[in-house]
Amino acid sequence: MRRLLPLLLILLSALPSAAAPPTLTPAQEARAAAIGSQLRCLVCQNESVEESSATLAANIRQVIREQVAAGRTDHQVMQWMTARYGDFIRLDPPFNRLTLLLWAVPVLAPALGLGIAFAASRQRRPPPAPLTEAEKSRLATLLE
Amino acid sequence: MERLAIRRRPLLLLPLAVVVLAGVGFVELLQQAKEGRYNPRRVPNLLVGHPVPAFTAAPASPGTGFSAADFRHLSRPVLVNFFASWCLPCHAEAPLLTELKDHGVAIWGIDYSDSKAAFRGFLAADGNPFARLGADPNGAAAVAWGISGVPESFLVDREGIIRWHLGGPLSPPVLADTLMPLLHKYA
Repeated sequence: MRRLLPLLLILLSALPSAAAPPTLTPAQEARAAAIGSQLRCLVCQNESVEESSATLAANIRQVIREQVAAGRTDHQVMQWMTARYGDFIRLDPPFNRLTLLLWAVPVLAPALGLGIAFAASRQRRPPPAPLTEAEKSRLATLLE
Repeated sequence: MERLAIRRRPLLLLPLAVVVLAGVGFVELLQQAKEGRYNPRRVPNLLVGHPVPAFTAAPASPGTGFSAADFRHLSRPVLVNFFASWCLPCHAEAPLLTELKDHGVAIWGIDYSDSKAAFRGFLAADGNPFARLGADPNGAAAVAWGISGVPESFLVDREGIIRWHLGGPLSPPVLADTLMPLLHKYA
């Protein structure tokens, strides 16, 4: 038993701890990183989950990796996240009823500007009427 | 001359109107933020109205841990509270949790991202109002519940459906105006 003890200890230390991240293939790791870079860190909010050093971001990174390791698709992982945090967690907002105005502004704003410019150009006063003979002679005397 | 131009072309007032409108909106937002009615950093939680998500809270002495299966066939609604020993608002919230427990409310606590020693210190200092207690050292349960920090609380009805979520510490007004009526409704 005394000889076995060190061996047992080595074996025990080799067991994965609860917090150990799953081992991923390079392709799976790349997928997990791509998903993480599309998700907003809920703590820092303008950083992605992949970039953030917040604890919660690390938690989310591990959840993503566990789901990728379990064979879930990118879409399934994304849906799992938005089912909890809503579209808020997506750094790239989807096109829907709420974001309609957001997406439409690049079209609406120039259209509005052109509309105003067009309206303004039509309102411009017509050129003055041609001078009468009397005015012409008066102008001539003034210019002399 | 200027006044004449405006009278002739009221459209010139449009930019001014836009600026004034934006200003009024901005002041209103600031006012709401000051009174705590608007928080631009608020994270929504879409689990409200849905069943408790799949998760496991590990045993954390004296708690024996719990999981989603424990929310089946409840005899009364449960207040799920995520907390941590390193979180100051959690310490501030503790007396309210004790008060709720004394009122007979079942509170199930999940200790988020904590060391065992600090967790024991928290219970020693702030008491243990939890009917059930578990630990979430790697944050898997926290993410499953869609929390963005601690403390956060959820009210789960007897059918295991999440009915209410609070992202932040409980306060006497929240208790009086929201939580107590909901506890009555789902009792």
